[in-house]
Order: sequence, then structure tokens, then C-alpha cells
Amino acid sequence: MYSEKVMEHFRNPRNVGEIPDADGVGQVGNPKCGDIMKMYLKIEDGIIVDVKFKTFGCGSAIASSSMATEMVKGKSIDEAMKVTNKAVAESLDGLPPVKMHCSVLAEQAIKAALLNYSQKNNIHIDGLEDFDPDEDPHDHH
Amino acid sequence: MKNYIYMDNSATTPVKKEVLDEMLPYFSEKYGNPSSIYSLGGKSKNAVENARDRVAKVLGAKSNEIFFTAGGSESDNWAIKGIAYANKNKGNHIITTKIEHHGVLHTCQYLERQGFKVTYLDVDKYGMIDIDELRESITDETILITIMFANNEIGTIQPIKEIGQIAKEKNIYFHTDAVQAIGHVKINVDELNIDLLSLSAHKFYGPKGIGALYIRQGVKIHSLIEGGAQERNRRAGTENVPGIVGLDKAIELAYENIDEHNEKLIKLRERLIKKVFEKISHVRLNGHPEKRLPGNVSFCFEFIEGESLLLSLDMEGIAGSSGSACTSGSLDPSHVLLAIGLPHEIAHGSLRLSLGDFNTEEEVDYVVDKLVEIVQRLREMSPLYEKVKGEK
Repeated sequence: MYSEKVMEHFRNPRNVGEIPDADGVGQVGNPKCGDIMKMYLKIEDGIIVDVKFKTFGCGSAIASSSMATEMVKGKSIDEAMKVTNKAVAESLDGLPPVKMHCSVLAEQAIKAALLNYSQKNNIHIDGLEDFDPDEDPHDHH
Repeated sequence: MKNYIYMDNSATTPVKKEVLDEMLPYFSEKYGNPSSIYSLGGKSKNAVENARDRVAKVLGAKSNEIFFTAGGSESDNWAIKGIAYANKNKGNHIITTKIEHHGVLHTCQYLERQGFKVTYLDVDKYGMIDIDELRESITDETILITIMFANNEIGTIQPIKEIGQIAKEKNIYFHTDAVQAIGHVKINVDELNIDLLSLSAHKFYGPKGIGALYIRQGVKIHSLIEGGAQERNRRAGTENVPGIVGLDKAIELAYENIDEHNEKLIKLRERLIKKVFEKISHVRLNGHPEKRLPGNVSFCFEFIEGESLLLSLDMEGIAGSSGSACTSGSLDPSHVLLAIGLPHEIAHGSLRLSLGDFNTEEEVDYVVDKLVEIVQRLREMSPLYEKVKGEK
């Protein structure tokens, strides 16, 4: 059902945990739907120097979170904003159609953390104008 | 210990060697069509009729009340649609429960689209129906009560005798999906006032693709499969002779030592439940503490999701199942877990381990040890667990 890449990230998820003094924290999803992702970012001079996640969810939710953290670590905010759910899914060698919402959730978790960072620091991030972290990713099916 | 631990015996079971040995000659040696008049056909015919006698005997029924089908789903479809269509001049109301197998549930929903009315009875936190609610839901239009013998997910065994008694008093047909119960529970259709009963061989160490429907003599029912004159004109199609032979042997084995079999399973089940409760916090047992299938264990582990749990168990060589949404391909967790009142987030963390004849105490202990590790690992990853950890 899952690609070897998904299973590998599920077995050995990267960047699991919390950052106590994170500059941006975002949480998306809801326990009713069976998936919640929480993303922690450490940002220095516009660069994401560290990232951690915690996820309640299925195998692909955990693998998507793990992959997403790898894709934004060391990147600038602008580069992180370009990490789409499609890119996350492709990096995992694809997800089953019913699991695509997991990659949507991963994209949203990054954006939610960036939004939190921008609000705390009162700065503007291009592309977050219409972002709603409470939007239900299941509608993206 | 085996390198693969199979604890999903409610999903299916391996075909026992004795069963397979009985079946094999019917593929390439005794391959005759039971409807043929020559002796090769006669051998097949005899095998089919012997199996029918055996199933009848196990159920306390007559041989002419047993009809072979392709399995549980066909039996359920036949019973429910067949009764509905044959008795619609009498009424259009069917009573069932919210926790039926999809073979029953979706058939009832289909009939609703055809204009029938269906009452889906609630269940309590143990998955048990309320007999008074059943009694009150009966109307002059009620033609069928279809209630499962034992639940496939949480193992709860319904008060079948009381249900049968009510159905009999009210002159309403009573069908029970006994797919999970056959092989584990002694069933006498007369004592329990059952009019129709579905069973499937692969749940008790027989082959897949073969089952039966018991239909009490005199019950007014339409056919589901039209065609040849097989099964006394009621179920067309050349008989699955090797399958029927397999069902015969499997049901014989299941009932020849059923007490011993159940005693062993209950011991394993209680060991598993006890150890999990000793070693893991924030866990609940789904289903009834006593009135449950001997081999059924169903847990909900809070703060984690069932599919992750299953994948992790599989990586350790352990097979189980879950009612989480992620394993069903839908967004909602199992209708059974929701019907017993579990909130969505708890239902997502369900795990069913169904024990069988080949499981051992050693395996149970191994599975518990692995569960402790896996649940801990997934909880450490879960944002829902942070708060609880903080409270410790």
C-alpha cells in the first residue's frame, strides 16, 4: 500500500520532538479526523535552522511530517513557503489517493508555524495572506 | 516461536491441514458436477449431501434447511433481500442494529432505497442491544428482525434467545448473521428460535468463498441467484464442491472439541487483556467483559492512531486489525466503535487482536511486550500525549 520511502520515514521519522524556545509553532488537523500535526520552527535571519514535529495520525501522516521537516530544514522562509503538498507526496514516491490529505496537512503545518512566527514578530510573509490553519484538509480530496 | 504471529483470526483463519486433505481430491480426481448422472457426478453429489447433513446436525436443523452459498455476505444478502421481497405484501419494515457487519448494514440500506423502512437499534457501551427497545420498535409492518449473533469488531454476543422469543411471539422472521459465532458458540436454531442463519467457512479454519444459509422450513423467501436447479431450485450455480467438503470438515473439527477450544482461547484472551492493563495506561477494552467471543480482544489506546499501530506491529511480525478510519479508507472510524459511544479520537486508536487455535501463551506475552514499546513510541510522537505526560 505504501512506498518504501513512506515506510522508511515511518520507521525512522526525522526531527521528531519539540523545540522549547521555538520561534514559530503551528498545529493543524483535528483529533476527530484522526490526524493532528504540530510543527516547531527555530528561525534565525530568515533561515529555518531547526525544525521538529509531533504527529498523531496514520503511517502516511507521520511520514509526511517527517519528509516536510527535512524539506524545510536549512531553507529560507520563502523557500519553505514553496513546499507544497504535492512536493511532499512526490518526495515520498507518492501516497495512496485516500492519504493525500496527509501531505496537505504537512504543508499546512509548516505554514501554520510560519504564520505564528510572522504574527509574533509582526512581519509579513508573502503567500500567507489567505492562509487559514483551521481549514479542513480533508476537503482537498 | 513462529516468525509471524497471526492474531487476526476474526478476519480469516488458515485452512487446517485435515481440511485441506479432505478438499484436495475434489479438485482433480473427484471433479464431477453433482448434477451429472454418472458415478463421478454421484461422488460429488454425495460429498455435498454429507456436508449438508453435518451442518444441519451442528445447528440442530434438518438437512433440507441448509443451503450452500459463496459465503457470509451472500447469505446475508439472500436472507434479507429474499425475505423483504417475498413478504412485502405483509409489511415493509425491517429491524436491525447499528453494529451489524456491512453485509447486513449495506443490504438494509439498499432496501431503504427500494422503499423499505429500517430501524437501526442502538447498543449500550458494551455493544448490547436493549430488548425493550427491540420490542417497542416492532410495528404491524415488521417482517424481519436481523441481528448479528456476535460482533466482528468487539466480540459482543447478543441475547439471541430473547430476540428469537420475541420474534416468534410476534410472528416475525428472525435472521442472525452468525459468521463470527459459528465454530465458537454452540447454536441450536430451535432452542434459539432462529429462522435464518448465515455462516462462512473461512472463519473456522475452512476455505474462503464458501458459506451457508440456514432457512427454516416454511419460511417464505425469494431466491437471490437465478439459474439452474441446484440447492433445490433456491440457489443456482454449480456447487463449489471442494469448498463444501472443506466446510464440512472444518465445522466437524470446530464442534468436536468446542469446549476445550473455547477454554484455551478464553485463557489466552484473559492473559492478553490482563497484561495489557498491567503494562499500558490510558487503554480501554471494547465490548462486553464476559459476553464476548472467546478469541476476541478489542482495545482502544488513547493518543495514538490505529493504522500506525498496525504498521508498527506488522514490522514486528504481528498481524492485527483496527477500526480506525485510516484502515477503512473513509474518514470516520468504525461504525461499531462510534455506536458504543466512543468519541472519534478514541475510536481512531483501536486495535483488535483475535486469537485462534494456533496462538500460544508465549505469543501473547511477546505481543504484549511489543505493544508496550510501540504504544510508548507512538505516544512520544503524539501531540495529544504531551498534556497527559505533563500531569504525571
